[in-house]
Amino acid sequence: MASLDDLKKRITSVKSTQKITKAMKMVAASKLRRAQESAERGRPYSDKMNNIIVNLSNSITDKDNSPKLLVGSGEDKVHLCVVMTSDRGLCGGFNTNIIKKAKTFFQKIIDEGKTLKIITVGSKGYDQLKRVYKDNIIERISFKESKNVNYFDANKVGIIIIDKFEKKEFDVCTIFYNQFKNVITQIPLDQQIIPLKASETKSSSSEDNYEFEPEEDEILSNLLPKNISTQIFKAMLENSASEQGSRMTAMDNATRNAGEMVDKLTIQYNRSRQAAITKELIEIISGAESL
Amino acid sequence: MSNQFKLEIVNPEKSFLLKDDVTEAVIPAYEGEMGILKDHISLISFLKPGLIKIFSKGVEEKFFVEDGIVEFKDNNLTILTSSISNINDMKKDRIDTILKEAEKNSQDKEISDQQKYLADQKIEVLKSIN
Repeated sequence: MASLDDLKKRITSVKSTQKITKAMKMVAASKLRRAQESAERGRPYSDKMNNIIVNLSNSITDKDNSPKLLVGSGEDKVHLCVVMTSDRGLCGGFNTNIIKKAKTFFQKIIDEGKTLKIITVGSKGYDQLKRVYKDNIIERISFKESKNVNYFDANKVGIIIIDKFEKKEFDVCTIFYNQFKNVITQIPLDQQIIPLKASETKSSSSEDNYEFEPEEDEILSNLLPKNISTQIFKAMLENSASEQGSRMTAMDNATRNAGEMVDKLTIQYNRSRQAAITKELIEIISGAESL
Repeated sequence: MSNQFKLEIVNPEKSFLLKDDVTEAVIPAYEGEMGILKDHISLISFLKPGLIKIFSKGVEEKFFVEDGIVEFKDNNLTILTSSISNINDMKKDRIDTILKEAEKNSQDKEISDQQKYLADQKIEVLKSIN
């Protein structure tokens, strides 16, 4: 059994760990509020953008000549996966969940005999993927320097992706990120951005006759690259909110566990102190009796 | 109420402006300025650098945009743009920085005709504000 001194030291060390986790929880909570706000404010833009594109693609009659970004390159051989994770750790299962989701997808692609290429956004994703998929990772991007998620960064990623698509380096592009549902729940998602899946086509809007200026395909070819940046921006916003939420929950748990541990150790400490005192008393009494 | 329509300007970070009593909007559409009144036909277009003018209750507001997409449908005008600012909030030195950048772009020989056209447009508009 540990001596009294050792127990005392352990209690202090657990207590100081608790202080750290508590502070991290507070920080994450305040960051979460900001991240959540900006995620919610960012939603209208990407939703509207999506709407316009759906309306546009519905009114395009000549499907064969529509932009490649919309219909794809016609093949399905090379998959590009953009895995978006955080740059910092200590956020519970946040990164692991995305990686897990991505890995199942990777396995499926490899089993089907297709080529897999990976871009990692955020250093934690790279750290976890490099062991198994080192040869597949063609690019790693990290935004450690920028404090807040901004459109400029998202645009950079978008440009890289479009550039690679135009060089015919891949056929299908999928992004992986965590969607922020609430503080406790974040859902890892995969979203295909090239070719664009005409999601949630609203039947009512398709009957509208729009006036286009300039022509439909010209607007589309201008709009689609922007849409990719927008989708990535959305993913980044959702991700950062999820990261903070996940970190908050993880740190809350850690603080609680540390508290439990301190309680247990304190009881143990008090017991052994009492035992020592009792032992001494017995010694004195039995010594006195023998006289 | 009769001749008013709804307007929403959204940028990636937030909903920039929301009004439901707009009587007229003038937007720098790709092929020239375009005035929009109530019951305009459904429209999708994109913007070149220029000024958006919005009239509501007889008051005119001006915004500078660099690019964007416009959709008008069922008397809802939606403008999506990644760069917008109210002219009154734009400081002179900020205008100058954008102007210089645009001038530099315009001189660049590498760029396509379309990009040069857009850069020249930007210069023109910025000079008119100054």
